[in-house]
Amino acid sequence: MDDTVRRGKLRSMMEHRLGWPIVTLALLLALNAAFNPGFLHVEWRDHHLYGSLIDILNRAAPLAVVALGMTIVIATRGIDISVGAVVAIAGAVAAWAIGGSISGNVTRFALPVVIVAALGVALLCGLWNGLLVARAGMQPIIATLILMVAGRGIAQLITSGQIITIYYSPYFFFGGGYLLGVPVSILIVALVFALLWLAITRTALGLFLQAIGINPTAARVAGVQARRLTLGAYAFSGLCAGVAGILISSNVKSADGNNAGLLLELDAILAVTLGGTALTGGRFTLAGSVIGALIIQTLTYLIYSLGVPPEVNLVVKAIVVFAVMMLQSGEFRATVAKFARRPALADREVRR
Amino acid sequence: MNSGLPTLTQHRKDDAPPRKTVRSRYLPLAATVSLFIVISVLGSVMYTGFFSPQVFLNLLIDNAFLIVVAVGETFVILSGGIDLSVGSVIALTTMVSAALVEKAGWHPLIVIPLVLAMGTAFGTLMGWLIARFRLQPFIVTLAGMFLARGLCYLISIDSISITDPWYAMVSQIRIPVMSGASLSLGAVIALVVLALAVFVAHYTPFGRTLYAVGGNPHSALLMGLPVNAATIGAYALSGFCSALGGVLFTFYMLSGYGLHAMGLELDAIASVVIGGTLLTGGVGYVIGTLFGVLLLGIIQTLISFDGSLSSWWTKIAVGALLLVFCLSQRAFGERSATKR
Amino acid sequence: MTSPVLELRGIDKRFAGVHALQDVNLTLYPGEVHALMGQNGAGKSTLIKVLTGVVSLDAGEILLDGRAIHPDSPLAAQKLGISTVYQEVNLCPNLSVAENIFAGYFPRRGALAGFRIDWEATNRQARELLGRIGLDIDVTRVLTSYPVAVQQMVAIARALKLSSKVLILDEPTSSLDDDEVRRLFDVLRRLREQGLAILFVTHFLNQVYAISDRITVLRNSRRVGEWRANELGTQALIAAMLGRELAAAQARQPPPDDTEAHATDDALLDAVRLGQKGQLQPLDLRVRAGEVVGVAGLLGSGRTELAKLLFGLEKPDEGELRIDGVPVSFATPAQAIRHGIAFCPEERKADGIVAELSLRENIALALQARMGARRCLTRAEQNALAERFVRALGIKAATLDMPIGLLSGGNQQKALIARWLATEPRLLILDEPTRGIDVAAKQEIMDEILRLASTGMAVLFISSEISEVVRVANRIVVLRDRRKVGELPAGTSEDTVCEMIGAEHG
Repeated sequence: MDDTVRRGKLRSMMEHRLGWPIVTLALLLALNAAFNPGFLHVEWRDHHLYGSLIDILNRAAPLAVVALGMTIVIATRGIDISVGAVVAIAGAVAAWAIGGSISGNVTRFALPVVIVAALGVALLCGLWNGLLVARAGMQPIIATLILMVAGRGIAQLITSGQIITIYYSPYFFFGGGYLLGVPVSILIVALVFALLWLAITRTALGLFLQAIGINPTAARVAGVQARRLTLGAYAFSGLCAGVAGILISSNVKSADGNNAGLLLELDAILAVTLGGTALTGGRFTLAGSVIGALIIQTLTYLIYSLGVPPEVNLVVKAIVVFAVMMLQSGEFRATVAKFARRPALADREVRR
Repeated sequence: MNSGLPTLTQHRKDDAPPRKTVRSRYLPLAATVSLFIVISVLGSVMYTGFFSPQVFLNLLIDNAFLIVVAVGETFVILSGGIDLSVGSVIALTTMVSAALVEKAGWHPLIVIPLVLAMGTAFGTLMGWLIARFRLQPFIVTLAGMFLARGLCYLISIDSISITDPWYAMVSQIRIPVMSGASLSLGAVIALVVLALAVFVAHYTPFGRTLYAVGGNPHSALLMGLPVNAATIGAYALSGFCSALGGVLFTFYMLSGYGLHAMGLELDAIASVVIGGTLLTGGVGYVIGTLFGVLLLGIIQTLISFDGSLSSWWTKIAVGALLLVFCLSQRAFGERSATKR
Repeated sequence: MTSPVLELRGIDKRFAGVHALQDVNLTLYPGEVHALMGQNGAGKSTLIKVLTGVVSLDAGEILLDGRAIHPDSPLAAQKLGISTVYQEVNLCPNLSVAENIFAGYFPRRGALAGFRIDWEATNRQARELLGRIGLDIDVTRVLTSYPVAVQQMVAIARALKLSSKVLILDEPTSSLDDDEVRRLFDVLRRLREQGLAILFVTHFLNQVYAISDRITVLRNSRRVGEWRANELGTQALIAAMLGRELAAAQARQPPPDDTEAHATDDALLDAVRLGQKGQLQPLDLRVRAGEVVGVAGLLGSGRTELAKLLFGLEKPDEGELRIDGVPVSFATPAQAIRHGIAFCPEERKADGIVAELSLRENIALALQARMGARRCLTRAEQNALAERFVRALGIKAATLDMPIGLLSGGNQQKALIARWLATEPRLLILDEPTRGIDVAAKQEIMDEILRLASTGMAVLFISSEISEVVRVANRIVVLRDRRKVGELPAGTSEDTVCEMIGAEHG
């Protein structure tokens, strides 16, 4: 476009949809490095990569996976606030399938069965949500609210109200193990991202999902199978929550029906919004959501390393949400533009 | 012209909307009340001691703060919005109260109006952002939720016990109602708030404007109603109710803690929906929320009376109730909405 | 001769590239019903928007009782005395009738309860108001428990309560049956006697003659003329509304080819007694490959309803649809598409374009949807496809990647047609494809329709512009009041078509 040529390179970089998220992340990393000497240092220790950056990637993994699922749902103009509960359910199913034996190498069912069971239940949860939204025509927030409320109860039911400790060591591989020196959790996120990315770019799914989110009626007239895709989106979100549930329960070596995945849905929505996908649906960015998850985790790390209690994180998250909200609001930008002399940035290509 | 209507699904001339009889408007409310009665009867039959006046009054006592909060939430939902910050504002209220009374030594009678004002201001801010910048209530109140709880922790990570004798005295006040049964001050306050809310909802222009906005904001605007002011007012009211609920909660728990009222917003929203108010807004009765709270409460009571059923069955029961009520709301041919 | 209560002089309004109103005049006298007529895109709704302050005018002036006014919002217009009642009643569906009338202006009673709303007075006064316009209903029931006709009366009552000088009714009768229309007109007559000036926007001929004193006709953003209702015959009115292409333009175009040359004998699509309750009376329709079947009729005659039934957007209650002789039933558009049917809807913004997606993606969408998700068109293939149609249809866009929402209406329409052509349909249904498009683009689209038919595609061409239909169609199906009233062969004159459309209204 002619405009791009005239503007500076920096400007055009900022206009790219990932511009702001990447800059924010870079800023946070820089702040971290400033306050923590050795923050950027990554070394090889005990046969694996070691360092603060690795830590952040590891901890952000469950959130990143859930955020990916959430991105797809939000793209279709929906939302899924039940993911936290599904995380708890998945962890509970896995713990149950492994059984309570204290011995580190005894499990009630073989590991593959455990994984399939946990993911299968999570997928069912997602399908449930999808049915309520696509078939019964319920508002997404209500449909997923139901599972959010009941899901914790279900998780508790499976764990009989206890926090089940998992002793089966091969299970820890997922959340705490290493493969070729890289934490497995990071590899799993990369795998999910890669599969999703392939699905979105190598097939027409990306196009269909965006069409549904931008104009569901037009998409339907054009022959897009809106119902099926919406169902699939929620099923996928549930599946992602299942993966996150395995990562989390495997990392903390226990399944807690009450606290596993608590407030995770909110963090996931925040990550998606930070990454540049608008809550109103339509165009979405997978990479943005992953970056958003990293931003949240890096922020948490920064606050923690400053000696500030982690709960204060909440205030910072609130401010960030406010900021992002305002920036995404057309009304706000219009108000700002009125004050500013020069014309507002043409962010047509960046956001909607 | 209303560009919001998808033109491919125009109304049919012959299929006039089913003529809702006067009775059908009260149907969801009737369902809730009936369910409440049925469960009460069930409980009385199954367990001795269930059907005593005090058991029912305890419902009011134990849920006084939830009633107040849910009433505020009702107004917001009636206007077509949602408020996710209520639980966090309760926690913040308890924390600020505890800190001011215990640490700064202020008298409760100064602290209480202060926290009420604080809650109202908080709600007003959120309402202003929503109305002025057309932001989505979901995300604004979500941020508010983060903020309120975070502010709690900024004051203190650990809980602050309230040892002030005034609080202890007030929390023990019992107002005899009948044959040995009594109500706490908090429960009485909750009932007063409820009565006032019913008045506001049905006899004030503000309340009626909220209903109008919830029904069709575009029409309400065209009709010249003060949509923005009413929206801000709804969230301000919710903020006030959350703070008042927080005050009642303080009497109940006698401490300020950042972990108080976690997930309470869900209970509030569930109460509102089960009480017959549509989540899309515009339809519902404030009194229904009372029964929504009571229904949730009596299920909890039933489960604890049983002793053998674990308490998390409550969560499943609430979820199931929500499902049934929402599905039947849809089945009664309510407008579908693409908004969240 | 009384002085006019409302005068519009020289109203001019442009929207991005489209000249919506050109030097339009309108005069309204108290105690009269004045009909404003014209087809879609003629400028009626823009004129109303200017009057009610929804949009600002570029040139011209509005005089109310001789004084210039500048309403900048519907509320401001209402305060000045101009009230509007729209087709989709802008009231709150969840409130009672009385409440809708009095919202914002409730009667109150004071003292102890502190100025609470006096519901008794509200209900009583509402009943009185409605009684004045001849309606006797239970005002405590919720608005939606009454049919649209009654809801409109309620809207009128509210408008009147706020003391109006001018009452504008925008397409009020589209959802009413004959009895309800009669009742509405009784009300309007009553109001007229009380001295109200009523501007009545409509496209229904018989209603115009039943109620209006004077008629103003708009066409292509200009005022064609203003007449007394009893001085304007039906044919003249239709001619004024629908207009004709210049004879020269007509002569320029080749007449449609003979049906036999391109159509095979077997029907591609056969609709037998196909109907939908309340939307379309059962009709027969046969379309052969290579044919252009025009569908003519005024707004509300059932044309779009017919298209929706053929495409699977609506389900028929009676009759049968056959493709190549085989009965089919479409539950979704996707199924119709698989059978080779394509549908370009009338409302391109609401039902057609996916605004934020690029031109390229919009063109490829339907084809891709039919291919399924797995077999994905590569970027190069999408580009090739898009470029092919950009050239063929003359779509003007800076790049293929620009969001389609930024293109002009004409180019958007062409892009939508391109989308459907990309699926290589056997039957292409076009619903008002030339609406709101500049003259040059119109010609291009019609040329394209002829060319497509010559390659063997069947086209169902729905249009309000009789001249267009006559130009391209091998056969013309005429609809009126949601039923088929006849079929005319190629070469029929526009007059004949107009006659069939308007017959029985003379």
